[in-house]
Amino acid sequence: MAGRRIAGGPGVGGTTGQKFARKDVAAKVAGLVSYSGDTQGAGMLHARLVRSLYPHARITEIAIAAAQALPGVAAVLTARDVPCNVLAEDPSGTGGGVFTQPVLASTEVRYVGEPLAVVVAASPVLADAAAQLVKVTYEPLPAVFDPGLALADDAPPIHPGGNLCVQWHVNKGNVEEVLAQAPVVIQREYATQFVDHAYLEPEAGSAWLEADGVIVIRAATQVIEHYRRLAGMLNLPHSRVRLIAPYVGGGFGGKEDMTVEPYLALAAFHTRRPVRMVWSRQESLQARPKRHPMRFQYTVAASRDGKLEAVDINILADAGAYALLTPRVLFAAAVVASGPYRVLAARVVARAGYTHNVPSSAFRGFGAMQAAVAYEQIMDELAETLGMDPLELRRKNFLQRGDELATGERVETAVWLPETLNAVQAALGPEPQPSRPGLLVGRGYAMNMQPYGRTVWFGDQAAVWMGLENDGSFHLRAGVTDVGGGQAAVLGQIAAEVLGVLPEAVTVHFGDSALTPLTGGTFATRQLYMSGNAAVRAAESLRERIQRVAATLCGGDAKTVVIESQGVRTARGSARWHEVAAAARQAGVALEVLETFFAESGPGYDNRRGTAARTFPDFTYGCHGCDVEIDPETGQVQILQYVASHDVGRAINPLSVEGQIQGGVAQGIGYALTEEVLFHEGQCLNGTLAQYLIPAAADLPPIRALILESGEGKGPLNARGIGEPAISPVAPAVANAVARALGGARVRSLPITGEKVVDTLFER
Amino acid sequence: MTETEFRLNGRVVRGQMADYATLAAYLRDNLGHFEVKAGCGEGVCGACTVLLDGEPLASCLLLARQAEGCTVETVAAAADGLRQALAEAFVRWEAAQCGYCTPGMLLTAYAYVKGGGSFDSPSIRRALAGNLCRCTGYQHIIDAIAEVVSTWPAEG
Ligand code: FES
Ligand code: FES
Repeated sequence: MAGRRIAGGPGVGGTTGQKFARKDVAAKVAGLVSYSGDTQGAGMLHARLVRSLYPHARITEIAIAAAQALPGVAAVLTARDVPCNVLAEDPSGTGGGVFTQPVLASTEVRYVGEPLAVVVAASPVLADAAAQLVKVTYEPLPAVFDPGLALADDAPPIHPGGNLCVQWHVNKGNVEEVLAQAPVVIQREYATQFVDHAYLEPEAGSAWLEADGVIVIRAATQVIEHYRRLAGMLNLPHSRVRLIAPYVGGGFGGKEDMTVEPYLALAAFHTRRPVRMVWSRQESLQARPKRHPMRFQYTVAASRDGKLEAVDINILADAGAYALLTPRVLFAAAVVASGPYRVLAARVVARAGYTHNVPSSAFRGFGAMQAAVAYEQIMDELAETLGMDPLELRRKNFLQRGDELATGERVETAVWLPETLNAVQAALGPEPQPSRPGLLVGRGYAMNMQPYGRTVWFGDQAAVWMGLENDGSFHLRAGVTDVGGGQAAVLGQIAAEVLGVLPEAVTVHFGDSALTPLTGGTFATRQLYMSGNAAVRAAESLRERIQRVAATLCGGDAKTVVIESQGVRTARGSARWHEVAAAARQAGVALEVLETFFAESGPGYDNRRGTAARTFPDFTYGCHGCDVEIDPETGQVQILQYVASHDVGRAINPLSVEGQIQGGVAQGIGYALTEEVLFHEGQCLNGTLAQYLIPAAADLPPIRALILESGEGKGPLNARGIGEPAISPVAPAVANAVARALGGARVRSLPITGEKVVDTLFER
Repeated sequence: MTETEFRLNGRVVRGQMADYATLAAYLRDNLGHFEVKAGCGEGVCGACTVLLDGEPLASCLLLARQAEGCTVETVAAAADGLRQALAEAFVRWEAAQCGYCTPGMLLTAYAYVKGGGSFDSPSIRRALAGNLCRCTGYQHIIDAIAEVVSTWPAEG
């Protein structure tokens, strides 16, 4: 294994840009990875939640005696047993609002499935049986399930502060004036639905008490930084709670809020024994946060030759019973609501109302995805009104570097909208033909812009530690959570690239809030950007130390020191690793470093004026296109081929990027065509995977990912984030293809089911 | 309680199990075979797939005592040449992201190739009907299987 030369720092040579098999994949293929629910120790207890059966009710009694009396039951915990029964958060980060939620509800429940008690018993079967014995007395109260109704004056109050969870404004120019004079104005409404993350690994974990009093929770989470909130809940110093995230079996935002963590922590705290908790698929579908359903009212004004002049946009989202990350999700929707286009004037009002539905929160695409459903469909509808080609209309209005967004901030990096569109157009080839007479075919496109990284006022940071062993192998420690995107492995790859060694030389230790430096959670497509930049810094600073020591050892200029697998070399001589280690010790140079990357930070959002100097650090742009075939008898939509292109700045691991894009497209197709968690008065009607239909292999077309690299991103080695951008344009691309096939008739609510297609055709 | 005996990954296992215990639960919680994943418990996702006398089946839908006298294989069984080839192709193609579907997926793929499955993608897609993946969009999984089918020497 010959070491590589470092020439000119990061990104030169190495494995970057090569097809390169991730280390974790081999372990996963061999079945060697232990996930959060894969634990069964002697004496382990099993915990189960008692959840509310009503969407809104007063709780007059929770009788636990019968459950407690069941042999094998170790504890039945209610609100009384939670030292600090309130989880508080300021999700928008602007100090605009602190939202609270009980860990266990005690006097009032606000959605079906809200946790009321934790039963801890010797086996899962016993825990189930005991949970049945907990008798809750409810006094049902009036409930509201529609955010529009919830915001009406006579709606039952859901929280003391009223039913408006959040309201964001974006303002640019004088919309009224432009609208009044515009030659062409169209108005449309679009709606999106509740969908579930439906990762294959359920919410799961275990917890135990260490001899030194530290409570350890090992759970499927995207955010190990939740340990602080867990400590707060238990009234313990932050340093006494440790959260470990092994490889996560899929997250997509669904493991960004806490799931099992607080209940596990409580159970271990009270029983002082190891406890495991795994949620059933039914619990997950009924009671864990969903993607926000949103309703969009768009008014768009343009000149006759297709120049966008103004957009007037109203967004109303269902926050569900608690805020969780709703304020942040709505903010992303508001910022990109006018799409990747230049507009002279814009007015966006994005509101979320509380309801007695299950809470909505983070889901890959995070509000910006729902907005794309609206802004990309109305572009096609505007083109139709103008009698223009929809792609020509888009090209006329594409955002460019230097342009001002609706928020007033400037776009500083490359905007490869034409490039991605051209790539997709070329790859799709000739227009589709029906496979038999009577079938309808159509082709649709959608562009998108999706932020990556947190809004600048969070002052985001991530830290990475690196150290060298005296055999030439490297440790990299980072608190990242790896949800399947290779979030851990890529850090090793980046560090190896900077050091000029093979990736095998770097072992990544990750996801432990006590032992790995904190990087912040895996969400907002921030992990590559944040931890990746921290890894570059750590590797650079370690390389510099190695070179300094090597130069004194071998002679020559530190900058010319070459790192190889056996040791170091200069023009004058070479030394083996153990010699380097000894020399470092003697010189008092530690061959270990901790580096922190601070993201660009800036002032908070001015929500009164609706402007900002900067919101997100940067955006990823792309274009998707697909062909569909529809049977007008059944309305069934089949996707014939799918092509997706994004400018990822730089593809550090093209195979992973391709996988992210293909996976995003598949999830997006489910969103477009088949997925909807159905609720009737808060009760889930399709709480099994047999009824909630995520795409199987046979439901999907071949998916081609075209990776473009402008070389301009704010991530490490100029990469841009791709986790979320890949899913956002899918539904509008499919919707536009369907509308084409239907000769302009359009289903304006997701999912585009056969029934809706037939109805739409019928109405025409 | 029932006493049941079957062959698991080449070894005879014999044990007492509750009549209601599913094979998935027995393999995981009693025998510690956590390479058998639990995704839905309702026979839809395929994460719990094992080979029962060579056939890929959802172990969450089988009672443990139904395995009486059978051969049960998980992904941890000693790999023959074909299994090895599939595992390598999965790694080369990065056919796993979170990896939770992977053990089940690999066993289904193995049975498919061994059963003389064709390399065309619609057939592969149909064969994977009982194995859901939420991460990959299946594309790399299909690419990996197709590659093995087209290079693997047909048996007999
Ligand atoms: S766990 Fe058995 S099929 Fe899903
Ligand atoms: S790789 Fe995550 S479910 Fe398939």
